[in-house]
Amino acid sequence: MSASGNWRIAPQPGEVIDRSQKVNFTWNGSPASGYAGDTIVSALMASGVRVMSRSFKYHRPRGVITATFFDPNCSFQVGQEPNVRGAHRMVRNGDDVNAQNAWPSLNFDIRAANQVVGRFLGPGFYYKTFIKPQKLWPAYQKVLSTFAPGGAPPAIGTPQEIFDKRFVHPDVLVAGGGPAGMAAAIEAARTGAKVILVEEEYELGGHLRYGGTESLATLAALRAEVASFDNIEVLTDSVVSGRYDDNWVGVVQRSGIWAKERMIKARVGTLVVAAGLIERPYVFEGNDLPGVMLATAALRLIGLHAVKPGTSAVVFTANSTGDEAIERLRAAGVSIARVLDARKGENVTRALGRGQVSGVEAGDGSKTSADLLITATGWTAPTSLLNMAGDRPVWNAAGARFTPSELFHSSVMAAGGIVGDGTTAELIAHGRAVGIEAASRARGEAAKPVAALIPDAHPALFQSTTVGFLDLSEDVKNKDIVSAAKEGYDSSELAKRFTTSAMGPSQGKLEMVNTMAVLAEATGRDFQSTGTTVWRPPYAPISLGALAGRVFEPDRVSPMQLWHEAHGAKDMVAAQWIRPEHYGNPQAEALNVRSNVGIIDLTPLGKLDLHGPDIVKLLNLAYTNTWDNLAVGSVRYGVMCAEDGVVMDDGVTGRLGDDHYLMTTTSSGAGNVWDWLEMWLQTVHREWQVTITPVTTALVSINVAGPNSRELLSRITDIDLDPAVFGYMKVRQGTVAGVADCIVWRIGFTGELSYEIHVPASYGLHVWETLLEVGKDLGVAPFGIEAQRILRLEKGHFIVGQDTDGLTQAYEAGLGGLVKLAKEDFSGKPELVWQEALAGNYSHLVAVETVDPLLVPAEASQIVENGNEIVGRITSSRMSPTLKRSVCLAHVPASLSTPGSRLTIVLENGDRAAAIVREDLAFVDPEGVRLRG
Amino acid sequence: MLVIDCPYCGPRNSTEFRHAGEAGKSRDVANSTPAEWRRYLYEFNNPLGWVREHWFHSSGCRRYISSERHTGNNEVRWVVPFGTPAPSTTSDKETGA
Repeated sequence: MSASGNWRIAPQPGEVIDRSQKVNFTWNGSPASGYAGDTIVSALMASGVRVMSRSFKYHRPRGVITATFFDPNCSFQVGQEPNVRGAHRMVRNGDDVNAQNAWPSLNFDIRAANQVVGRFLGPGFYYKTFIKPQKLWPAYQKVLSTFAPGGAPPAIGTPQEIFDKRFVHPDVLVAGGGPAGMAAAIEAARTGAKVILVEEEYELGGHLRYGGTESLATLAALRAEVASFDNIEVLTDSVVSGRYDDNWVGVVQRSGIWAKERMIKARVGTLVVAAGLIERPYVFEGNDLPGVMLATAALRLIGLHAVKPGTSAVVFTANSTGDEAIERLRAAGVSIARVLDARKGENVTRALGRGQVSGVEAGDGSKTSADLLITATGWTAPTSLLNMAGDRPVWNAAGARFTPSELFHSSVMAAGGIVGDGTTAELIAHGRAVGIEAASRARGEAAKPVAALIPDAHPALFQSTTVGFLDLSEDVKNKDIVSAAKEGYDSSELAKRFTTSAMGPSQGKLEMVNTMAVLAEATGRDFQSTGTTVWRPPYAPISLGALAGRVFEPDRVSPMQLWHEAHGAKDMVAAQWIRPEHYGNPQAEALNVRSNVGIIDLTPLGKLDLHGPDIVKLLNLAYTNTWDNLAVGSVRYGVMCAEDGVVMDDGVTGRLGDDHYLMTTTSSGAGNVWDWLEMWLQTVHREWQVTITPVTTALVSINVAGPNSRELLSRITDIDLDPAVFGYMKVRQGTVAGVADCIVWRIGFTGELSYEIHVPASYGLHVWETLLEVGKDLGVAPFGIEAQRILRLEKGHFIVGQDTDGLTQAYEAGLGGLVKLAKEDFSGKPELVWQEALAGNYSHLVAVETVDPLLVPAEASQIVENGNEIVGRITSSRMSPTLKRSVCLAHVPASLSTPGSRLTIVLENGDRAAAIVREDLAFVDPEGVRLRG
Repeated sequence: MLVIDCPYCGPRNSTEFRHAGEAGKSRDVANSTPAEWRRYLYEFNNPLGWVREHWFHSSGCRRYISSERHTGNNEVRWVVPFGTPAPSTTSDKETGA
C-alpha cells in the first residue's frame, strides 16, 4: 500500500514548483525530498506516500481528500510545531515532518483496534460510557486523553516565536483572491479607494491557477492589472478570520513577514467576500480510503505541483469540474478506468480495498479495479463572513447548495462563486460590478444592489446507499446522524453537538451540508426547515500567539527606579508600577524607621490637583466625612465609598489655597477615582466648577518617617518645621534641597513622625539623594513597601482592598467615625444609613493577637466556629520587629468582635491556632504620641 | 468592536470608552427605600432593541457622552455630549430610557 517511486510528471504550464531547487526533509524519520514550492503533502504524494495520518476515533489510515488548507487528515507535527496543515504549508529544507495520531507507527497503529469495536463506539459513546461513577472521571480522562488527536505542544524551554499585530483602515477589503476577488479589488482601486486583497494561498488566482491554458492567460492579465495599482495591498498566505461590529475585520497573516504570524485588525469601509466555493465530498462506504479524493484535489496536485495522484482512476462526476478532471488525469498519464456520471443516474456505492483504494463498486453492483476514485458531486458556499454580518443562507434546491440571503449588512458584499455560477468572464464581471459598488459604499454613498449570479442546476448528491464517513476530522458516519435523530437529537444544532459532526478541525467546511442532508432525510424534513449553516468566527484557526500579539502594556516606574535597582532593591509589581518591595531586609528597614529615620519612594501614590470654587462640594460628595472647615494649610484623611456603601479608596487631601487642593488616592485606585470624580462633575453636578488635573507622575512623593525625620528635613528646607507652627495634619509649601515649589505635609501612615514631600518629578532623584547624604549621622536609610506594610500594620492602619473587599461597607471596616450621615448627600449615604441602623450587627475589622506570639498565620487564613463553619478571615499578618510578635488584622462576625473574644484560625497545614481580639486596632502607640510629636 | 462617533473627537473604537450605564436612572438619595435604591444600583432594562446609554471617553477627551444603540446589531444611531437633548428622530417609546 505504501507505493513509492516518482509520481512527478512533466512540467505543467501553471506549476508552482521550482525544479531547480530541491528540498530535503524527513518523513517519520526517513529522508524525503521535494521541490521548492511543494506543500508537505504534494512532496509526499510525489514520492508515493498515500497514508498521511490515522483517523481520530477509529485510527483508520487516511490520505489526501482536498489538498487544501482544511484537508481533514493532513495535519502533521513539524519539529516542535503541532497540527501543521500539510496540504498548505510549504515544505522547507530540514523539516522534521511526522504523522500525528498514529502510535506506535503510521502503518501499524495499535488503536486501530477501535475499528473492530467500532460498532460500540456510536454517537454519545463517551458521554454514556464514562459518566459513572463520577470519582473515576480523572482516571477516565487520563486514559482517554492518550487517544485524543493532535500533535504535541512545543517542549518547555523551546524559544518563543515572535507574533505581532497591525492595525489598518482600508476603504475596501476583499476576502479571496480568485477571479472575482481580483476584479473587485481592481475596480475599487480604480475609483481611488485604498484596497487590501487577502488570499489564503500563496498566490492570487483561486481556481484559475489549476485551470487550463485559457484560465492561466486570464489569470496573468488579472495579476498584472492588480499589480498596476499602488493602492492595492495584496496579502497572500493570509486569511480573513472574522467580521465583527462596524466592519472590524480580523486577518491572520501567516508568512511574508518577520513574525511567525501577524494579526491584522482592519476597520474596513466595505468588506467584499469573494471566498469562492468549497468542493463537497460524497458519503459512501470506503469514502475515507487513501485514493478517494475530490476532483479539485486532483486538479490541484496535477496543475500546481505536477504530481500524478494514481495510475488508474474511476471518476464519479456530476459537473464540469469532474469532466475537466477526467481530461487532466488522462493528460497526466492516469488511465481512466471508468466514468460514473451522476447526471445520467449513475452512482458509486463502495470504494474497495484495505488501506488504499483497489477498486470501486458502482450503483449497479459492477466493480472496477482502480487505485484512485475521484468525486465531483457538488459545492458548498463558505458563507462564514456573511453569516457574521447577519446573513442566513437560503437553500437553493436547483443548485443543491446554500446561497447567501440578501439580508446581511450593507457594509458587506459578496462577489463571484459564493453568490452563483458563471463563466470565468461572468465571474470577473460580477467582481468588477461589486468592486465599483463597494468603493461607492465606502465613500458613504447609498447602497445600490448588484445583479446576482445564479447557481447552475446541479444534481443533489450527499450520500450514497451505503454507510460512510460524514466527518473525516471527527470520524462521524452518516448512520450516526440517523441514530442521533432517533434518540431525539433531531435539530441540526443538537445532532451536531451530540455526534460532534462538523466540530473538528474542518469546522463544517466539508461536512456541514452533508450532515444536514442526512438529518433532513432521517427526519423526513426538507432542507430549509432542517436548518441553515451558521458559522461563527474564526473562519480559520488562529494561533494563540497571534491573538496575543505583542504586549503593549507599559510599565510605570518612578524617576528613582534606577537608583533603587543600583542599591539592591527587590522589585515588586503593583498594578502598572514596578517599585521596590525592599532593599534586602524589610524587618531591619522597619526597625530603622521606628528608631532613626527612613525614606520611601511613594511616587505611585495617585495625585489629583484640584482647582475651582466648588471643590468643597465635590469633596463632601466623594468622601464620607466633612470638608467644610478645612483651612488653607491643613490636610485631612478621607474615605470614599461607592454608591453601594463599599469602601472604594482612601487618601489624604490638602488645601493649598482658597480654591486649590491636592488630593491623593491609593496607587492602584488613581485612575478609577479620577474617572469617578469626572462622573460626578459631568453627569450629576454639571453646575459645579472644578478642574481636575492628574499629577501622579508630575510629582515624586517621598515619605520621611521616624523620630529623626524633623531633624533630617530641617537641614535641607526653608519651611519652618517647629511643631508649634507645623503640626500634625498640616501642609506647607517651600524649598527642599534647593528645589522650589515642593509640597510637604505631616501625616502618619507608619505611625511615626513623618513628612511626605511632593517634589517636581525631574528633581525627585536629587532630593532623594540629598536626604540620604545629609542624614547619614541620623541613621537615614531607604525602606520599601514591605517595611511600610509592617509599620502600618503595627499601627493598625487598614489598606483598601487588603483589609476590605468588594463587599466591605464603611462601618464594617471600622470607619464609622469618618461617616457623617448628617451630610445632605455623599456617595454611599443611603446604604450607610441602613448599615448604621444595624447597630453593630455586621462583621468587624479587628486587630488580633495569636496566643503563640511567634505564629504568623497566612493572610486569608479562615476563622472558624463550631468545627468547620467559616465565620471570618485574617486580612493582614506580619511578624512585628518592634514587638517581636505577630500582628494581624481580621474580619470577624459581631459575635466575635468584642475585645477578648477567642478565635480559632485554620492554618495552611490544617492545624488550628487560637487568637484573641484586641481592644485597639493599633499594636504600637495606640495613643498616637509618636506621630503627633 | 463597535465604533462610537464621539462628538468631541470623531469616530473611535469602543475600547477607548468606558460604558457608563443606561440613561434615565434617577438617583434619589433622600427618599429611596432600600428596594428602590438597589433597583437604582443594580437593575437595568437591558432590552433587545434601542437603548439610550452613556459612555465615558476615558482614553480620549475624557468627556461623558450619550448615545442610542441597538443591542441587537450594535448600530449606534446618534451620539451627543452628555446633557444635550436627544435628537428628535426617535420616540421615547423606542428607547430603553
